[in-house]
Amino acid sequence: MSTAAAVFLILLSLWLLAELLRLAPPHFLPGPVDILGRLAGLASDGTLLGDIIASAWRIVVGFSIATALAIPIGLLIGTYGFFEAALEPLVDFVRYMPVVGFVPLTIIWIGIGDGQKFTIVFIGTFFQEVLLIMDNVKRVPREMVDIGYTLGMRDAGVMRRIILPSAAPQIWDSLRLSLGWAWTWVVLAELIAANNGLGYRITVAQRYFATDTVIGYLLILGILGLATDQTMKYVGRGLFRWAER
Amino acid sequence: MVAAPPRLDVRGVSKIFSGKVPVHALTDIDLRLEANEFVSLVGTSGCGKSTLLAIVAGLVEPTTGDILVDGVSIDGPGRDRGVVFQAYTLFPWLTARQNIEFALGPEGLSGAQRRAVALEHLEMVGLTAFADAYPRQLSGGMKQRVAIARALCYRPRILLMDEPFGALDAQTRLLMQELLARIWESHRLTVLFVTHDVEESVYISDRVLVMSNRPGRLKEEVAIPLPRPRTVEMQESPDFLALRHRILRSIREESMLADPGLAQVAGELS
Repeated sequence: MSTAAAVFLILLSLWLLAELLRLAPPHFLPGPVDILGRLAGLASDGTLLGDIIASAWRIVVGFSIATALAIPIGLLIGTYGFFEAALEPLVDFVRYMPVVGFVPLTIIWIGIGDGQKFTIVFIGTFFQEVLLIMDNVKRVPREMVDIGYTLGMRDAGVMRRIILPSAAPQIWDSLRLSLGWAWTWVVLAELIAANNGLGYRITVAQRYFATDTVIGYLLILGILGLATDQTMKYVGRGLFRWAER
Repeated sequence: MVAAPPRLDVRGVSKIFSGKVPVHALTDIDLRLEANEFVSLVGTSGCGKSTLLAIVAGLVEPTTGDILVDGVSIDGPGRDRGVVFQAYTLFPWLTARQNIEFALGPEGLSGAQRRAVALEHLEMVGLTAFADAYPRQLSGGMKQRVAIARALCYRPRILLMDEPFGALDAQTRLLMQELLARIWESHRLTVLFVTHDVEESVYISDRVLVMSNRPGRLKEEVAIPLPRPRTVEMQESPDFLALRHRILRSIREESMLADPGLAQVAGELS
């Protein structure tokens, strides 16, 4: 950890030095002081918070719908050969279609409002989640499932009371991974067409050569992504204390 | 008066696993266990003994043949047959006590009664102090003791054990064998026990069945007339050693048939 902090500090110092010595024009590479000043300005007039809330809301909705559907479908595909044969090839196929390519299509179908952003986040996370969860479910030991049957349980009970809890810590990790991508997908959708949000602000800033805003927002995105990931990790540890690590 | 049917009656069971190359795992197995008998199945690895146990458990369909428990044909797995596997199968999100309560399932017991039954069975395997421990906090031997308690708490008519001590170290194994012998002697259970450890089978069983190589048949039946309760010292007695020798020789013949190359190299070395 201290090594990582040292690397961060060294890079920051070099960057600061470049700013002080005016090694690059500010519209090409603004320095940390410039960027902090710009972010402070955007924060004080409420723009920054508004953008964060707009993007986060799109992730929350898109990701929640994707996850609510991906868990039962992933469970079914991972548990039953029939569902795997019927759905796995389809999901795998859609997964290979680039999410970027869906942006124009969803604009034609839905417009450029929140609904379209939810859809992009959904497409970007749902298909990945289904495949990851399927894999998590398949790794539940066969004997543990068999014990359920010898206890007289039926398929539905085994799935709900044995397979789901047994795979839960791994499913949580899959969701964590998927939530990380969700930030990428929402920014992507906003870069192309939106009226607010972090991605939208970056495109507008680029038009005016406000490079300090572009870099400042990228840094904010990095921090938000890292924070969500760490939160998920921390919550997961609390939820699954029983898991062997 | 008609005699009671055997507790377990395996009739003409064969198993062929279909696939690109069909595997003939079991041939024409006939086997009977009377109530409260402890019977072991031994044989070379891959002889089909675990498959036979899974068929009796109802987890694998036989290609031909029938399994009857107290004269009634089985239809899949059920609560009349409890199972302990070699792999650790405790549910890791439940404590030792909750794992046992889980197995009590739909029986109409109150919360307090379930707790009492669970604690009683934890006491039987000497783990009262670990009632609230999660499986990751338990050693391999402790996990298998809870698994045994879990398989017994709902009073199945037959206990099926598939190399339950196979993953344990030698010392723990010995203690577990003693513990199982004590439980069997005091609770009177019908047990079908799969193992490749011949000493273990002689120490614990009333009868040992030796299986042939694939396709597995029952090759030889060896009655174990050693007195009960069995003790560790008995393992040094001439009777014990003679029984052990007889079973080992029987298995050795099969190993040599299964792998003549190995038999030849081993013969040249000795």
